[in-house]
Amino acid sequence: MSYLDYVRQFKLPHYWCPGCGTGVVLQAVVRAFEALGWKQEDLAFITGIGCSGRMSTYVNANTMHTTHGRPLAFATGVKLARPEKHVVVVSGDGDALAIGGNHFIHAARRNIDIKLVIINNLVYGMTGGQVSPTTPQKFRTQTTPYGNIDPNFDVVKLAIAAGATFVGREAVTRPRNLEKLIEKSFQHKGFSVVEVISNCHINLGRKNKMKDQITMLRWISTKTIPKNLAEKKKPEELEGKILLGIFHEDKNRKEYTELYREIQERAGGNK
Amino acid sequence: MRKVMPGNENVARAAIAAGCRFFAGYPITPSSELAATMSALLPKAGGTFIQMEDEIASMAAVIGASIAGKKVMTATSGPGFSLKQEHIGLACMMEIPVVIVNVMRGGPSTGLPTHPSQGDVMQARWGTHGDHSIIALTPSLPNEIYTETIRAFNLAEQYRSPVILLLDEILAHTYEVVDVPESGGYETANRKLPPKGLDRLDFYTYNRNVGDPPILPNFFMGYNFHFESLTHDEMGFPTTDPKKVDLLVKLREAKIEKNKEKIWENDIRMVENADVVVFAYGSVARSGIQAVEKARKDGIKAGLFRPITLWPFPDKPLREAVGNKKVIVAEMNTGLIKREVERALRRDVGGIFKANGTPITPEEILGRIKEEK
Repeated sequence: MSYLDYVRQFKLPHYWCPGCGTGVVLQAVVRAFEALGWKQEDLAFITGIGCSGRMSTYVNANTMHTTHGRPLAFATGVKLARPEKHVVVVSGDGDALAIGGNHFIHAARRNIDIKLVIINNLVYGMTGGQVSPTTPQKFRTQTTPYGNIDPNFDVVKLAIAAGATFVGREAVTRPRNLEKLIEKSFQHKGFSVVEVISNCHINLGRKNKMKDQITMLRWISTKTIPKNLAEKKKPEELEGKILLGIFHEDKNRKEYTELYREIQERAGGNK
Repeated sequence: MRKVMPGNENVARAAIAAGCRFFAGYPITPSSELAATMSALLPKAGGTFIQMEDEIASMAAVIGASIAGKKVMTATSGPGFSLKQEHIGLACMMEIPVVIVNVMRGGPSTGLPTHPSQGDVMQARWGTHGDHSIIALTPSLPNEIYTETIRAFNLAEQYRSPVILLLDEILAHTYEVVDVPESGGYETANRKLPPKGLDRLDFYTYNRNVGDPPILPNFFMGYNFHFESLTHDEMGFPTTDPKKVDLLVKLREAKIEKNKEKIWENDIRMVENADVVVFAYGSVARSGIQAVEKARKDGIKAGLFRPITLWPFPDKPLREAVGNKKVIVAEMNTGLIKREVERALRRDVGGIFKANGTPITPEEILGRIKEEK
């Protein structure tokens, strides 16, 4: 199967703004499907609301475009109903970390085998560019006209603390690395989180002197640094930098649906 | 088999009998024992129970499991029912079979968690935003709680709709004798699925006339089908085309509205020669039955109209049965369903309304019957 088989080509051209990073993530996701050879009939692909939410329209599999912040809760039902199937969720920073923050930490706590990709474009893009839990401080948005005072979530630390057993971060400026990281996270058995730093030049960049995608992607490039390169840098050189790479991988913790199968056996079901 | 059990357990056992194999919930009084019973019974039956992080998530999880092919249920009360509304709307929009039990307690807000109420009857109909149709059932008697639970699953599967089973604190917590039917002593229905291998995606209109529920594939049947929360076209893809929007709005409405006669269940007693008719549902209808029987013993011609399907509202059967007779509506709220009765009968009616956490007694209803006579 080619990665293009995992795309509903009859739904193209897509809905996102020219130059949007979401398309880069879509390509990385479907290339990971191709690399792993997953059958479409065994694959559920679930999204919430926002620009990231529209991805379920374009992925050619069993898809669901759900409600704002809740795709992980729907995915939990799908996975528990059919534990042998692959369940992938793509979400955004507002979707996964603000309105869906509770579902995020609890899916991580359970270590249920759902593969989560968070497209972190640092803003609520679809609604016109309001501050999100990851918008950098001092940035101007539609609802922070005098600059953002809100501190940010560190998605990687949050995911690890909540119990996710595979946690990585990449940026749309490194599409090949992104593809490899997503592929690796999809192979992991347990709750995996890949955060992708992405660009919204339209609804964040324009308000912050980065009105085109090239300027914004350059900014992301200077802002991010791969973990292995960062190890050779002095702490002052890493001030304000976002690290990229794999931050956590635990293959020993039992996965939730496996634990539930044991419950069914203890109760005398599953005969 | 006869078994002594409270309503919460009654519903759980009936759900398993109906084929329910997935339950997601969140603890809330007075529905908690229902989830507890499911947590014990489901793994034994090869099914799955999960306590989710909140009511919103538990409603989402049952929808996910239903799309993956299971018969599903969740249960809640009071504020939990408010939280479920977002995804009840999603189940209406995507046309997903789900059963939601709401054990009514006093409200609004935290209200009277351990006391009965019927204050959610309008929320059951209109709680989620946007125009939609829905089914809600109000059983009153122990055996009926069992059979109506099974019917709730059958209606959900047949009409691909959320079905709300309304109990109240009295019905949920009272231990009573239930005649549990033998396995096979009741009918169970399963959603219609398209045959495998069709070369099409237009399942929202496939083999569907106005009035029919859709024949949608489950996940993992080999169809790369899309379930969408946005207004969608016949293939499930987002659309704002007014013609396409209109079509699915009509189809969703008609599948309930055009089948009302099949969905309605009413218990109509001694109405034909009655001078006064008591209209009551849920636990209040038990007081209604007693009051009417006592009135008859006292030589008063009283009758009872007891809707078991509350939504869609039985306007036509009510009109036909009651005509111009005097009507007393008795309900544990400030008169919410009275308005529906008035709409159906096209005139004002009186009633007994109580929203203070105490039940309406047979004596109260009897007293009112005597006043009206």
